[in-house]
Amino acid sequence: MAQTSHEQGSAGTADPDEDSPNMIVYRKIEDIITRLQDESEGVPIRTVKSFMSKIPSVVTGTDIVQWLMKNLSIDDPVEALHIGGLIAAQGYIFPISDHVLTLKDDGTFYRFQAPYFWPSNCWEPENTDYAIYLCKRTMQNKTRLELADYEAENLARLQRAFARKWEFIFMQAEAQVKIDRKKDKTERKILDSQERAFWDVHRPVPGCVNTTEMDIRKCRRMKNPQRVKKSVYGLAEDTQTQSPVHTHLQHSRKDTKEDVEKEIFFLNTQLDRHCMKMSKVADTLMSYTEQYLEYDPFVCTSEPSNPWISDDCTFWELEASKDPSQQRVRKWGFSLDEALKDPVGRDQFLKFLESEFSSENLRFWLAVQDLKRRPLQDVAARAQGIWQEFLAEGAPSSINLDSQSYERTSHNLKDPGRYSFEDAQDHIYKLMKSDSYTRFLRSNAYQDLLLARKKPETEQGRRTSLEKFTRSVVILAYFTGVMNS
Amino acid sequence: MCDHTFVAITFGPCDSCTLNKPLMNIYLQNEPVNYCSLCVEMMACQGLTQGENLASLKAESEGLKLRLEEERAKLHDVELHQAAEKVEPLGQLVTKARRSLKGHGNKVLCTDWCRDKRRLVSSSQVTEHAVTMPCTWVMACAYAPSGCAIACGGLDNKCSVYPLSLDKNENLSAKKKSVAMHTNYLSACSFTNSDMQILTSSGDGTCALWDVESGQLLQSFHGHSADVLSLDLAPSETGNTFVSGGCDKKANVWDMRSGQNIQSFETHESDINSVKYYPSGDAFATGSDDATCRLYDLRADREVAIYSKESIIFGASSVDFSISGRLLFAGYNDYTINVWDVLKGTRVSILFGHENRVSTVRVSPDGTAFCSGSWDHTLRVRTGRYLSLSDTHTHTHTHTHSLT
Repeated sequence: MAQTSHEQGSAGTADPDEDSPNMIVYRKIEDIITRLQDESEGVPIRTVKSFMSKIPSVVTGTDIVQWLMKNLSIDDPVEALHIGGLIAAQGYIFPISDHVLTLKDDGTFYRFQAPYFWPSNCWEPENTDYAIYLCKRTMQNKTRLELADYEAENLARLQRAFARKWEFIFMQAEAQVKIDRKKDKTERKILDSQERAFWDVHRPVPGCVNTTEMDIRKCRRMKNPQRVKKSVYGLAEDTQTQSPVHTHLQHSRKDTKEDVEKEIFFLNTQLDRHCMKMSKVADTLMSYTEQYLEYDPFVCTSEPSNPWISDDCTFWELEASKDPSQQRVRKWGFSLDEALKDPVGRDQFLKFLESEFSSENLRFWLAVQDLKRRPLQDVAARAQGIWQEFLAEGAPSSINLDSQSYERTSHNLKDPGRYSFEDAQDHIYKLMKSDSYTRFLRSNAYQDLLLARKKPETEQGRRTSLEKFTRSVVILAYFTGVMNS
Repeated sequence: MCDHTFVAITFGPCDSCTLNKPLMNIYLQNEPVNYCSLCVEMMACQGLTQGENLASLKAESEGLKLRLEEERAKLHDVELHQAAEKVEPLGQLVTKARRSLKGHGNKVLCTDWCRDKRRLVSSSQVTEHAVTMPCTWVMACAYAPSGCAIACGGLDNKCSVYPLSLDKNENLSAKKKSVAMHTNYLSACSFTNSDMQILTSSGDGTCALWDVESGQLLQSFHGHSADVLSLDLAPSETGNTFVSGGCDKKANVWDMRSGQNIQSFETHESDINSVKYYPSGDAFATGSDDATCRLYDLRADREVAIYSKESIIFGASSVDFSISGRLLFAGYNDYTINVWDVLKGTRVSILFGHENRVSTVRVSPDGTAFCSGSWDHTLRVRTGRYLSLSDTHTHTHTHTHSLT
């Protein structure tokens, strides 16, 4: 049963960026995080005794997984583990003894991130901050704060990059260490781990997904589009490098009078529209699906086998052949549209009409379809050609149009374009649908194909195809580009 | 006055009525102007009436929206999933990855199938040379119906067509033809029924139809008030419409011939990332950053189904239907693909395997497989089948970890 999605925040938020796609996800995660930490309904957050010390404020992975299953209506622990892992990867919870932000369904300990470090604050921490952080870590004499290999590499690289600033960075790190020493031991443990988890999000372990990456199409609407980077450690701005200002395009223009007038006109048109009852709509959707279910390889096993599964291309060869299967012929009977969509169906229908000496309608329809697919420069000439062939006085393949359509089409031809024959084509289509198409379905030719009454000379079966069918998927082109020079 | 004090005033032609009169120095939008007192008063009154007009128009518009909603609600006699209760349930879907294509080196942003049902084109972010293009990111790509050309574009604001040749070493960009020009990034492109026309959508808020050969703009479509992210052409042979979805949370249906917006749907709570027609052409599905997918029916002119779950909180980036329209495949930013029963509204399967956002999901033209592209640099082609009731007891998972 489809469930309604959670109510979003109030529509009238002052800051439009609050509704940006990333913020929507953050708010949902934060809601879960808040509930997880609820004293009565949340997970048990405890201080755990370990050897000579205590581990404050932790919860096990299993507890989190269980809670997610119960509170988010998840049946499968794998799914709960997956969403828990994403919440960790975004930086809202973290393992206390690992840089890799993921969730395990066992006794591993996790801690909650401090709201100060939450991704919803749109941090884009500078390398100077990172340098201070890594420098700080080397000053502290604790094994748990030892730099990992990749961190040591990062530090070395930053030392080279900030060679001239290094004295400043060193001083900042020293200052921070001094302040930290004054803090309560337990509090420090927690804060240290939270700070580390913050950097695990913004400077992830090589090989891990960088969850701060944005969809470039949505970047313009992010909070802080000017990308003025604020320091995590509260450093003054002039010590930060200013990134180039991104142009923030104004999207939400104020509605002008014309806009609203257009909207009113549009709404009135919609009110005049004749709509279908939902029960009828449901019936048509269901019957369409029912009718096509046998043609859906995801639902019914295809005969012959699905080439992707069996590596046998017979299925594709049959579809491309001029010798249609019964199943395919049956589809032509679903609608005129289906018959025309299949080139073989189209040919059969044409042949039938020719036998009745009434093929000009279909040929006209096909000619107009072709007209619409031509390059612009060919359109006028082709349109004239169609007029001459099908509609002009004494036309060789004269079609029967009502006088109104004829007048309109004739008028259109004064300035011929790809849509000059829309009226006429529509009229002819309706004619074919109600008249010749139904007779085609009852014809011997069609029935023979449908019931697979093969004539002896076509007993040969599959013909060899001219095309070579490749079995593996070939990506024909990689389109990548280069940075603008 | 006898003490000869006087107020100095300017006297001259009024900027508005051009008559010579005593002028008042005022500022309009930070620009100094000289209006006579009469014109100042008239302008103030006009401003008032203009303001009133706009407000009353807006009120009229809101009133119409309410009436429209009431009228539509009258026809809403049943929910789709309720009517579909009598439809036979599908059982368990098991999928398997058949191909995993890793050659990219960077995020896969979009793919398209060739009509021959076997070949794919895909585009990606860039850091490497493959084909030299003066374009940083390619976000949209499409196969021509003939299979002989490919269209693509992205941050270069253009859509270009490249004829394909069998010689892989040939420099494709030499034969490139620039077709579409927008004023912002190209978000999607699609050939119409021929190699000769391309439909594009852009971050500039418009869609456009182009003649490939001449590069001429045939028709433009205005109506979105923010980036358009996706489009899909109606599947019918007689169709002349397409649907688009964008960051203004709207899905619009357009007449390709006139450029007119025929219908509009606005029930999503965030950006619509993907739109796709139901195979009959009577309805279409959307995927949005509000973590839901929705089905809109054109004849009912309203939303008829929502596909969502409490545990799905990341946006849906791409949707596509199976051939019969019974299944909706949706790729999400939480790295998964959820498969929905379109009629019943339930989720039939969740597919793991990708290690980063799924950016694109496309079912092959004959429905034998679907392909998913991801920020994890891979493309995976998957097939699926339904287990009969006798098989179900041997399978304990309701999803597949695709490891190939």
